[in-house]
Amino acid sequence: MRPRPRDHKQAPHTAAEDWQTRFNHLSRNVTDPRLKAFYRASCVPAHTPVKKVNFMALDLETTGLDLETDAILSIGYIPLKFNRICCSSARNIIIRPGESPEHPLAEIHGITHSHLKNAPEFDNILEDLLNAMAGHIILAHYNTIERGFLDRACRELLGQPLEFPVVDTMELEARIHTPFTPNTFQRWMGLSPSPSLRLSHSRERYGLPRYTPHHALTDALATAELFMAQVADRFSPETPVGELWI
Amino acid sequence: MEIELFEIRNHIISHPPFRHLPKEAVDELVAHVQVAYFKSNAMILEKGQAAEYLHFIRKGAVEIFRSSGELLTRMGEGECFGQFALMRKKKVRYPAKAIEDTLIYLIPDDRFQILYDRFDKFADFMEEDNSIRLQHALEQGPQRWNGNEIQTTSPSGHQGNPLLFSKLSTLLHSKIITASPAVTIQEAARIMTRNRVSSLVLLAETGSGPPIAGLITDRDLRKRVIARGMALSAPVSDIMSRNIVTHQAGDFAFEAMLTMMRHNLHHLPILDNDTPLGVVTVSDLIQYASHGSIFIVGDIFRKKTVDELADLAPDIRRLFVQLVNEGANAHTIGAALSRIGVSLSQRLLQLGEKELGPPPVPYCLLALGAMARDELTLLTDQDNAFVLDDAFHPESQDAYFKALARFLSDGLHRCGLHYCKGNIMATNKQWRQPLSVWKSQFSDWIDNHDPRALLNASIFFDLDGIFGETRFADELKHLIRTKAGDSPRFLTCLARNALLRRPPLGFFRQFVLEPDGAHKNTFNLKRRGTAPICDLARVHALACGSTKLNTENRLEDIKKTDLLAEGVGDDLLDALEFISMVRIRNQARQAERKEAPHNNVHPSTLSAFERRHLKDAFQIVARAQDFLKFRYNTGRGSSNSR
Repeated sequence: MRPRPRDHKQAPHTAAEDWQTRFNHLSRNVTDPRLKAFYRASCVPAHTPVKKVNFMALDLETTGLDLETDAILSIGYIPLKFNRICCSSARNIIIRPGESPEHPLAEIHGITHSHLKNAPEFDNILEDLLNAMAGHIILAHYNTIERGFLDRACRELLGQPLEFPVVDTMELEARIHTPFTPNTFQRWMGLSPSPSLRLSHSRERYGLPRYTPHHALTDALATAELFMAQVADRFSPETPVGELWI
Repeated sequence: MEIELFEIRNHIISHPPFRHLPKEAVDELVAHVQVAYFKSNAMILEKGQAAEYLHFIRKGAVEIFRSSGELLTRMGEGECFGQFALMRKKKVRYPAKAIEDTLIYLIPDDRFQILYDRFDKFADFMEEDNSIRLQHALEQGPQRWNGNEIQTTSPSGHQGNPLLFSKLSTLLHSKIITASPAVTIQEAARIMTRNRVSSLVLLAETGSGPPIAGLITDRDLRKRVIARGMALSAPVSDIMSRNIVTHQAGDFAFEAMLTMMRHNLHHLPILDNDTPLGVVTVSDLIQYASHGSIFIVGDIFRKKTVDELADLAPDIRRLFVQLVNEGANAHTIGAALSRIGVSLSQRLLQLGEKELGPPPVPYCLLALGAMARDELTLLTDQDNAFVLDDAFHPESQDAYFKALARFLSDGLHRCGLHYCKGNIMATNKQWRQPLSVWKSQFSDWIDNHDPRALLNASIFFDLDGIFGETRFADELKHLIRTKAGDSPRFLTCLARNALLRRPPLGFFRQFVLEPDGAHKNTFNLKRRGTAPICDLARVHALACGSTKLNTENRLEDIKKTDLLAEGVGDDLLDALEFISMVRIRNQARQAERKEAPHNNVHPSTLSAFERRHLKDAFQIVARAQDFLKFRYNTGRGSSNSR
């Protein structure tokens, strides 16, 4: 699991245009009303200070890491401001994968097949999810999963893409802890590997409590808390959101 | 709302005051929680801002300040703050600051009010800060303290002996009858008859002396008037008893009883400061007393040999357990045991003099430390010393005092007051000296402010003359009182020594336990609990010239000065009472199980109630110690050993 490249300017979506322009473009070009509404809600300009941005921490639990073969099992999200998380709008949604192969679900996620039998399919929750996301900048720890799986699900279901900016708490950590694994010689020279960027290890560095991982809403809460700590530690309420998102 | 916020829910529900809430109320609460993060050193609440939330510390540490900027308390995981401003619906009064990176769960005001209105336990908890909480714990009395671990052994099954709780003021039913010492004997008898009383208090005319000039009783009229054929027209002052022993209305009935037995009195005038309120008689007290064993003091003076005295040891242990079970407070128990200790010492010296012959020069027995402070428990060493007349000739006369000291010390040991491990006993040549040597010794301690020399000497600053020429002791007390308060460097040394024993409380309010040795994983309730309070009360008491020895009385005196911030004296009194009672109850349990008593406890053997309040009490002590550091400028080199 490599984090995204360190320099966010190289991120594909923001290379040529800012996210506001991209949303305007997409809102004209998608046909699905749910997607259209999402893009219409627009995206804040890149210069907006963090203190004025509505964020939403998002976490997906999936059957695996492969975009082509694995499926979304649950989605947890929780809205926040840069200095305050509000639990009242938090949700944890369990999703029944379509024609899913049998996966050893309970081992990691605690989600069993009986949980899934009565769970809605992705199609049924998409509208609620997009409504919740609309107007928020998404926070994730290692955005490839959240972005990749949601985009693929929309493309499969609607034939249309779901794109959005993400403030990736793992990428924010990678900015100060450049991933580095010393070879034998470097190790001999006394160089040590960079600290782990995993969610629990990153949280530890900010004095945040240890949570039990692999529950979508808990991980979303954990990500939200990590982000508040990162802002308090290294950024400021005035930091333009464009410096953080990718 | 989403009950799947497990991490928040499970954490909140495991802490008081949320632990007692119904599950649905907690779920409802969690859905409204907000989460905030504060970097170390960031302000969480500023004075004067609107109160919006109850703050629950999920992780980290927070300091709360008084408006003056003085540290009020330090809190850690699982503790709440900000409730007082919410209850008053006012602005924040005490600023709060993160002293570590801190994660806080915020409970909005409206949710707080709902819980506050609906759940009494929650409201009770929120209304109490730790000092108030401690006070309530004391008021609730021992029944709640430890479930059923100590059975009430009172045969009649009633809740405790009223004599032990009752203040003397509650025993006074009728108005005091007084007269002038100038009235005739006949007039005095008429006044007594008219008012149907058996004693008459004769008031001092004016002046600064004691308010009561004398007392006459029915018996005096029989023995001193009729039997001697006195003229009824003589002034009553001719036959009255003088130098009347009195008690204060706030003293406990039990203490009055001990005094009356000690002096063989039947009538005891009770004062409110200098105003006579009434007279308590033996029969008043006996009406209240339900047990005979408190007459041990009377027994002591009837015993004719050391063997007979030693036979009382089991009775003393039984009395101790009985007092505890009857709900006597620490002050009463300490005073009762000290009175017994003093009586044993006195009786042993009487017997010793009978065996060895009269002393070659006058001498005085000093009680030191706990016995002098009236704070003896089952587990206190004997600490004593002899002050000899300056005419003392060591070569020819020391053999006598050495033998007398040995007689005393061995006798006390057999009665359960064990030899002092620090060898602070009259058997030690160093502590058997003429008055002039003692005076220069005290001057040396006070003037040379050597903290090491003082380390073992603080016990000498709690001294009381209990036998023989007690005026020697009075002279030493006078010397201490006049010199100590004016010697800031001496007070600094004493304060520094008083900080050597810290309460066993870690930074996050967990108990700090002994890492090894025989008492591994326990903490010592005396060394780390009551002793630090005695030490700091001694420093303040010497600083303000208090003549009191008892820690409680010292704190009462200190409260009248500006040495402590408002309310701190009361908090310390509560802390002392609570820690002492846990210690005493611990000893009583051991005595009931016929174990050798000790002062160590394992936290798991305490009830949750005791654990929580002990922490509150220790925190009060720690804070008072921090203040001592500041007040007496102990500064550099002050040791912080745990």
